[in-house]
Amino acid sequence: MATTSLPESAQAAPVTLHGSRAGDRLFKIVLTLAAIAIPLLMGFLVSELYTGAHLAISRYGVRFVAGSTWDPVAEEFGAFPLVIGTLLSSFIALLIAVPLSLGVAIYITEFSPKFIRQPIAFVIELLAAIPSVVYGLWGIFVLIPILRKAVFPFLRSVLGFLPLFQGPIYGPSMLSASIILAIMVMPFIMSVAREVLLAVPGSQREAALALGATRWEAVMSAILPYARSGIIGAIILGLGRALGETMAVTMLIGNRNEISASLFAPGYTMAAVIANEFSEAATDMHFSALAYVAFLLFLVTVLVNAAARLLIWRVSRGPTGGKGR
Amino acid sequence: MNRRVLRRWVSNFMVGLMVVAVIIAVLPLLFILLNLVIKGAGSLSLGFFTRVPVPAGETGGGVANAIVGTLLIVGAASLIGVPLGVAAGIYCAEYPGSRLATVTRFVADVMNGTPSIVVGVFAWTLIVARQKHFSGLAGSCALAMLMIPMVMRTTEELIKLVPNSLREAALALGYARWRTSLGIVLRTALPGIVTGSLLSVARVAGETAPLLLTALGSQYFSLNLNQPMAALPLTVFQYAIGPYEEWHRFAWAAALVLILVVLTLSVLARLATRRRFTFND
Repeated sequence: MATTSLPESAQAAPVTLHGSRAGDRLFKIVLTLAAIAIPLLMGFLVSELYTGAHLAISRYGVRFVAGSTWDPVAEEFGAFPLVIGTLLSSFIALLIAVPLSLGVAIYITEFSPKFIRQPIAFVIELLAAIPSVVYGLWGIFVLIPILRKAVFPFLRSVLGFLPLFQGPIYGPSMLSASIILAIMVMPFIMSVAREVLLAVPGSQREAALALGATRWEAVMSAILPYARSGIIGAIILGLGRALGETMAVTMLIGNRNEISASLFAPGYTMAAVIANEFSEAATDMHFSALAYVAFLLFLVTVLVNAAARLLIWRVSRGPTGGKGR
Repeated sequence: MNRRVLRRWVSNFMVGLMVVAVIIAVLPLLFILLNLVIKGAGSLSLGFFTRVPVPAGETGGGVANAIVGTLLIVGAASLIGVPLGVAAGIYCAEYPGSRLATVTRFVADVMNGTPSIVVGVFAWTLIVARQKHFSGLAGSCALAMLMIPMVMRTTEELIKLVPNSLREAALALGYARWRTSLGIVLRTALPGIVTGSLLSVARVAGETAPLLLTALGSQYFSLNLNQPMAALPLTVFQYAIGPYEEWHRFAWAAALVLILVVLTLSVLARLATRRRFTFND
């Protein structure tokens, strides 16, 4: 029996022809360092933002979100109109973008002839690749003139009984910014919704069709319910994008620190105020207030994205049952 | 019978609405590209690529400094971001169950959703505030941070697609783990990783918000990354919101150059993955 046991050297260190054990150890160390660097970097981001905002946080606390003066000269800061502007512009953008992107996603997964699926998806992905500042440029010089001359007067004459569509028409406004935002978030919602819809098993559709449903009824009764939480996830992901979008909004929203009932009036957002004022801020308090705004914006987008991930993950995990019935 | 006709009509009507949605969704791209070419192409000339901006009121001038600035800033960002992202991606794919991998993956998702302007504020407090001056390198760091999660996730996904049999074959032939990872697994996944990295470069090349707080922009030609630096997106922004007609023409031309760079990168990237690797053939 003794003759069959391996030589001692082989037991201690298996012979490797290419590369060595020390190499393995070094390799793992390098990879581990890289993997640790990411959480570290993010922790650093949170702590830096917090330290930067410390002055404003200790002076205003939570009241910061409720105050509505933003006066760098008097060093008086409150973010209420900014928060409202961010939420409102993102919300209107979603109102426009969601039906469109779901329509496109459903069409190219369920109805369209095969040969135009790739091209449409390709165009939409290119739309996602256009830089924000180019959207802004196009918005200022092409979109706003069209909106001001044709679309806004039309809206005012048809829906003018609502306070939302009253008042003087400016070019740069809450509604202009929301429309450009809608164009920008649409590709994101579309591509995630498409993936979710593609993950719905064909048997769902076939069962509905076999029971005599029209193709539209199959979508409504079998496919959408199955994909529901994933689609909500896609929408929330789009919301996350819209909340943090900076350049195009800065260029189109008019940058006025007011809350107005009319969507034709200019507004302001959290991201836009940072972009406009940060490099020109003169006092520590001003910097700190802007860092506070950045900190708040960060917290909101983290929450929104976490919610979206959770929902998408629930769908991709597999069927959760057809809710009885 | 009547009800059946009605149901079919509803179905057709909804499909019609969806076709309208597709048209509305595709229109902006055509419209934007068309406008860029019409308004931008006229101002493109050799001088546009070789000169630096002239003071307001004078005509002529170019964006040579911004083109070089963008190349330098984005190049430095890629040098930082791509290796870090790839290494972290390999870690998450090689040790998928480990706690560190779970944490890193989660944090990368958070990072991916972080608005670029917030990353800009971070780079400002971290680098600009400490150095007490704006710099192109601070911009590179901000852009690198935006690239890392994208590169990391694609690397991880693509490495997971490499069949285990390849890995096992290499190990059975006596390859060390690190050589298997780098020489066999990573190499098989390489085309996809190149695509992912190119896409992240394309996305980051058009980023403006973080550069406003870091690279700041400059009227002069500079190769020094430790100084304020011009970049194409900044040029587009500054000239677009300026008061002069001449500046607006300039902004359109700069935007056309920018979009050509970005779209070329992303189309190239996508063409590379078009030929999906098939292992079992």
